[in-house]
Amino acid sequence: MPEIKVTPLGAGQDVGRSCILVSIGGKNIMLDCGMHMGYNDDRRFPDFSYITQNGRLTDFLDCVIISHFHLDHCGALPFMSEMVGYDGPIYMTHPTKAICPILLEDFRKITVDKKGETNFFTSQMIKDCMKKVVPLNLHQTVQVDDELEIKAYYAGHVLGAAMVHIKVGSESVVYTGDYNMTPDRHLGAAWIDKCRPDILISESTYATTIRDSKRCRERDFLKKVHESIERGGKVLIPVFALGRAQELCILLETFWERMNLKAPIYFSTGLTEKANHYYKLFITWTNQKIRKTFVQRNMFEFKHIKAFDRSYADNPGPMVVFATPGMLHAGQSLQIFKKWAGNEKNMVIMPGYCVQGTIGHKILNGQRKLEMEGRATLDVKLQVEYMSFSAHADAKGIMQLIRMAEPRNMLLVHGEAVKMEFLKGKIEQEFSIDCYMPANGETATVTTNPSVPVDISLNLLKREMALGGPLPDPKKPRTMHGTLIMKENSLKLVSSEQALKELGLNEHQLRFTCRVQLQDPHSDNDTLHRIYTHLKSVLKGYTIQHLPDGTVMVESIVIKVSSSAEDANTKVLLLSWSYQDEDLGSFLSTLLKKGLPSGLC
Amino acid sequence: MAAHLKKRVYEEFSRVVQIPHEEAPAKKLRLSKPSKSAALHIDLCKATNSTDALQYLLQFARKPVETESVEGVVRILLEHYYKETDNSVRLKIASLLGLLSKTQGFSPDCIVDDAINTLSNEKSHQVLAQLLDTLLVIGTQLPESPAVRQRLIEVACKHLSDTYFMVRNKCLQLLGCLGTVDSPLTKDSEGLATSLGGVRDVQSIISDYFGDQDPRVRTGAIKSMLQLHERGMKIHEIIYDQACRLLSDDYEQVRSAAVQMVWVLSQLYPESIVPIPSSNEEIRLVDDAFGKISHMVSDGSWMVRVQAAKTLGSMLQVSPHFLEQTLDKKLMSDLRRKRTAHERAKELFTSGEFSSGRKWADDAPKEKLDTNTVNLIASGACGAFVHGLEDEMFEVRIAAVEALCQLARSSASFAEKCLDFLVDMFNDEIEEVRLQSIHVLREISTHITLREDQLDTVLAVLEDSSRDIREALHELICFTNVSTKECIQLALLELLKNLNKYPTDRNSVWKCLKFLGSRHPTLVLPLVPELLSTHPYFDTPEPDMDDPAYIAVLVLVFNAAKSCPTMPALFSDHTFRHYAYLRDSLSHLVPPLRLPGNGLDLVDSRCGLGSVESAQLFLQQSLNRISTIQNLEAPGAQDLLDFTIRDLRRLGELQTELAGAADFCATYLRCQLLLMKALQEKLWNMAVPLCFKQNVTATAAAQQILEETYKLEFLYSGLDNRQVATIHHVRLQAKALQLILTARTRQGLEPLISSCEKFLQDIESFHRLFLTELPHLQDSFVDKLLELMPRLSSCKPVELVKILQTTLRQSGLLQLRLQPEQIHRATATIIEPTGESDNPLRFTSGLVVALDIDATLEHVQDPQNTVKVQVLYPDGQSHVIHPKPGDFRKPGPARHRLITQVYLSHTAWTEPSQIEVRLLLAYSSSSSPSKLGWSDSIDSLPPPEAAVEGTIPFSKPVKVFIMPKPTRR
Repeated sequence: MPEIKVTPLGAGQDVGRSCILVSIGGKNIMLDCGMHMGYNDDRRFPDFSYITQNGRLTDFLDCVIISHFHLDHCGALPFMSEMVGYDGPIYMTHPTKAICPILLEDFRKITVDKKGETNFFTSQMIKDCMKKVVPLNLHQTVQVDDELEIKAYYAGHVLGAAMVHIKVGSESVVYTGDYNMTPDRHLGAAWIDKCRPDILISESTYATTIRDSKRCRERDFLKKVHESIERGGKVLIPVFALGRAQELCILLETFWERMNLKAPIYFSTGLTEKANHYYKLFITWTNQKIRKTFVQRNMFEFKHIKAFDRSYADNPGPMVVFATPGMLHAGQSLQIFKKWAGNEKNMVIMPGYCVQGTIGHKILNGQRKLEMEGRATLDVKLQVEYMSFSAHADAKGIMQLIRMAEPRNMLLVHGEAVKMEFLKGKIEQEFSIDCYMPANGETATVTTNPSVPVDISLNLLKREMALGGPLPDPKKPRTMHGTLIMKENSLKLVSSEQALKELGLNEHQLRFTCRVQLQDPHSDNDTLHRIYTHLKSVLKGYTIQHLPDGTVMVESIVIKVSSSAEDANTKVLLLSWSYQDEDLGSFLSTLLKKGLPSGLC
Repeated sequence: MAAHLKKRVYEEFSRVVQIPHEEAPAKKLRLSKPSKSAALHIDLCKATNSTDALQYLLQFARKPVETESVEGVVRILLEHYYKETDNSVRLKIASLLGLLSKTQGFSPDCIVDDAINTLSNEKSHQVLAQLLDTLLVIGTQLPESPAVRQRLIEVACKHLSDTYFMVRNKCLQLLGCLGTVDSPLTKDSEGLATSLGGVRDVQSIISDYFGDQDPRVRTGAIKSMLQLHERGMKIHEIIYDQACRLLSDDYEQVRSAAVQMVWVLSQLYPESIVPIPSSNEEIRLVDDAFGKISHMVSDGSWMVRVQAAKTLGSMLQVSPHFLEQTLDKKLMSDLRRKRTAHERAKELFTSGEFSSGRKWADDAPKEKLDTNTVNLIASGACGAFVHGLEDEMFEVRIAAVEALCQLARSSASFAEKCLDFLVDMFNDEIEEVRLQSIHVLREISTHITLREDQLDTVLAVLEDSSRDIREALHELICFTNVSTKECIQLALLELLKNLNKYPTDRNSVWKCLKFLGSRHPTLVLPLVPELLSTHPYFDTPEPDMDDPAYIAVLVLVFNAAKSCPTMPALFSDHTFRHYAYLRDSLSHLVPPLRLPGNGLDLVDSRCGLGSVESAQLFLQQSLNRISTIQNLEAPGAQDLLDFTIRDLRRLGELQTELAGAADFCATYLRCQLLLMKALQEKLWNMAVPLCFKQNVTATAAAQQILEETYKLEFLYSGLDNRQVATIHHVRLQAKALQLILTARTRQGLEPLISSCEKFLQDIESFHRLFLTELPHLQDSFVDKLLELMPRLSSCKPVELVKILQTTLRQSGLLQLRLQPEQIHRATATIIEPTGESDNPLRFTSGLVVALDIDATLEHVQDPQNTVKVQVLYPDGQSHVIHPKPGDFRKPGPARHRLITQVYLSHTAWTEPSQIEVRLLLAYSSSSSPSKLGWSDSIDSLPPPEAAVEGTIPFSKPVKVFIMPKPTRR
């Protein structure tokens, strides 16, 4: 039985450094190649030695597919391709290809320039790595080689995020990457057709959560900002540069437009500007509203949002500032926070999750006095708000995707083990399909039952159709006779005559003959006639002939009668039938063995 | 090359000349006129190859065919069909046959046999499909013939097993359109029954194809089943299971059709009981269907989602707890139950503390959930609308909002529940959706009372920069109920803010406050001292009377005071003065109040007491009185008419409900009066040259009557055919009068002849148009004329005029019969510009200036095409501007709003002067739709009759001061 094997090198019962190996139909594929945010040592990157102890990976991998540009999905890519060594194709969508190097470069700068690490990949390596990238379009089927083909589907989550359908022969796997089933202000919802893969590998970040409607959250957010602005306060929104930041920008921009507000909105510069540029370009990847209105106006060309300058923070009057990073642990957002913390009119809105130990986490937990470096304390008087804007599918969304794709097996990655356990149970209960959740380095094996395609000749098909009833009934299987020819890697089903012709063989007739002894006191001819009438009464709907040369033909079966030498009353019936009429022949022989009914004339 | 071409041209030409001679005998087939069939025959014979033939057929199809020659054409086509080997030509012929059998007046039963015969020999599947389509057309043309129907059904059944999907599809369509409604097929056709092996009716045959291998055929099967339903056939309940199975089909069009099918069945058998699989319980079919369709709201294809969301709205029989599930979405976080933001808001509100800053983990989940009870794929209806309202495509969201509206209108408790969701939709990213949800909320607002926090969210939208949104919201506030006085205060505050930010909303805001006040008098009462800033001891400064905000507050207070008699006691002196002023200047906003020591208003308030019934009675009586006019002498009759007109006009002023009808009658009577006066002039007995002066008045009268009749016909809506006939009758009389006058003044015979002919045409067209109404017009002018018609058309003009003169004088007055409630007069009021400004609009001559126009139109049908803006300059120049269709909005039934800009321009003036702006109602007497059988044949027919086009001014003109300055060099 053919098997599909899935081994997570990262993201197995864990969030971070997504890297999943799939062997399908003799092909090996690496899905995502990410880094882990939580570690600074070797555990940061997936353990590529699992694939091979020494030497390059090129021989062992047929292709690498990157689902989107977040570092936990693509952060280890230059390390793998340039430092470990891989020269095969790397597939990603166009936006991912455009934005990925920006983030990698930023990541490299922080690790090398700020933390002073050595033995890290260089800018040149990022460039070399990106040269190996083959871009994908949505719904475009790409042939990696003769047998392996991949196809990308829209996944929401961030700009350019994709789900991939990987297919070898009739076996297939779908990998979702991160996805979002509810649309937001700048991206649509994930969508896949009923491709019925053998395995659906899905993320499960929110395996145990069902989220509230996003409209409530948005409305709350806007109301908070609006009220604060009307009071004349300043609003600080710490964000990470890409993804949610753009959503919030659009949200505020349209709100400003709608409500005719005049207070300025600033965005701290940096890599955001470059990224924003790509957001403007890849309009086709955004949601319906932006796609529809971009002819009049590109929504990412913000009217109200301007670049931030350090000096603006001291300007009087209300304003809204987006600043990086998102957890208030360093950089510009922290500087601004320090400046504004003392005024109770001001507000800080945390749009996402904060790691323990960061200032963001502290203030969210209600701490009102913060200790800064140099023993200074900071009184936090401003209002602190928390709004969750997250773009992962919740439990309901995951179930919805399963319903859309109708997989035969399910495999969960990118989530916590306990939560996965719950979802696994639910999936098995609702859909009655197997669900796997391998840990890192653990292999999940799924046996598949691939269908083998066979070419059938049209003539044969038509002939068989003509034999049956008028309606092709999908519920009733039908048997047909033909010859299966296996030649040069192809299978063909043809009629036997054609097969003989093609193979240059002569037809051999195979006949079965059988003697049946019968006690019958009549003459040979009478017996024959009695047999004829008997068969006529039993076999209705068959052609039965009494031939003058002393035989009875039932279809092509010949019956002859002769008296035995010893006893004139014992008649010997000779039955002869060809192989094709085996069914009827054996039926007749058993029928005649029982003897003739006495009532016959 | 050129020579060669030329030669070919000559060849062609000469052939065209020759062939009519050769083919002349063919004409005697059956046709008296030179007909198309002969031409077609020639063309088809001429065609050497199939491409040519196809070209001829295509050309042929562009022109209509006369009814009498259809059959000939069909024969020729069929003849050619048998000869033709090319599939495409046969296909075209087949489609032409279908088109031809649609020709009006042609009964296609004579070609049924031929069409069926062609089927039997046809090899090409495409042509087969087209032929079946033709049969479908023929079948629908012959609804009365069961024999034909039976044969066609047999044909369809025979071809159902074809391998090509189109053929199967067409067969199913045939069955759907023609399948017998009540009896099973077998009753009258034994042969068919045996061939199908048992008793089969159309439904089970069609339902066999629900499982076809081709999705298009599956769709076709469902569609034809729906077609059966539309034709009144009762679909069997067994189909329900099959339809439900199709809901999970792989193809979207199948799912979409299946949703409709399930819906149809749920409407047919709402109360049947169906079992729930995998359990022993049973539920009502409509609930089951509702659950299944709700499930489709989260389908993969947005077309299906739209279909499902729309369908949900019309399933009103569903049980309440299923309905409420559609809004339910159990939240959980880390396996613990979480409350939704809506629930939290409600709780905060009920606990008395409204605005609390949300804390980190404020929404922290409380109770621990049992993992077994959490149902992730919600069975049934769970959260359907929550999904629908959050959908990616705005089409789905709009459909969901509309469905919510329909369901909420029939269930008050559901309305209460869906309120939060609708309010959330006010924040949608697409304006259309926001607008729609505001409208919906208005429609269901009778059921609901807004909580303070909800009102807060609603009012937040008042700052929206889109005028449509704000006005829709104002409409909404007009109809909402609120619960506390804080709500009133909040609303007032936000409205004043709105007024401040967008001063153009003035009227709308005032109107909104008027309703708010009259709806909640008791809630306004405690606020009055604060609102009017009165103080028990100190005199406060008198507010500025021109401040729109102050007027807004007063409008609120006065309207509340109308049903709250204790309120005026709280007013200060200046408030009474302001009341008097506002009552005069803004009488539509400020109601009459019973104020102490103000007797005048008491009188005023009484005028509303006259009930509509009594007014109606009065109207009827007045009209009845007119009918006695025949018996009166001329002066008496005129007086009676005069008085009645005066009465009716006054009635219209007093009873706004009947204003349309009263005006209509008055105008009609005025026409009669004018006619009567014109006819009773003494001049008729005088010699022609002596009566020049009187002639002028009579001519003017005739002209006026004509104009009035156009007003009668086009300015009033709700007229039935009989009234239109009456109006046309008056117009005919006026035309007759004109003709007589022409005959008397001008001696030239030529113009007289032509105008006589024209008049005769008019009579004819009247006869044609109002054939059904003629019995009601007995003894009238037209009736008499039609009797004399043969004589009229042959006699000389002078004689004709004489006859007319006598008939006209003898003919009596036609009685008006009408339903007064239905007749409405189209009116328009220009709100902007107000015409009060003394500051001229200055602009450089030669350039343009845009003038904003804002007007409300009432009872105007199809304003996009009929309403125009006229600008009249002091030099007599006038421009008519057609507003864009997008400038019209429809805020309510029979009401339109025109917000547009007109561009003014003129050469330089020395000093500012006024221009006039008014609205015109354009009409055209040819507006009655002409019926044509052949779709693209309009160009070849002459216009039905000379259309009379014109305009009626229907708004008061507004004067605008403008000043084009000379260009500075």
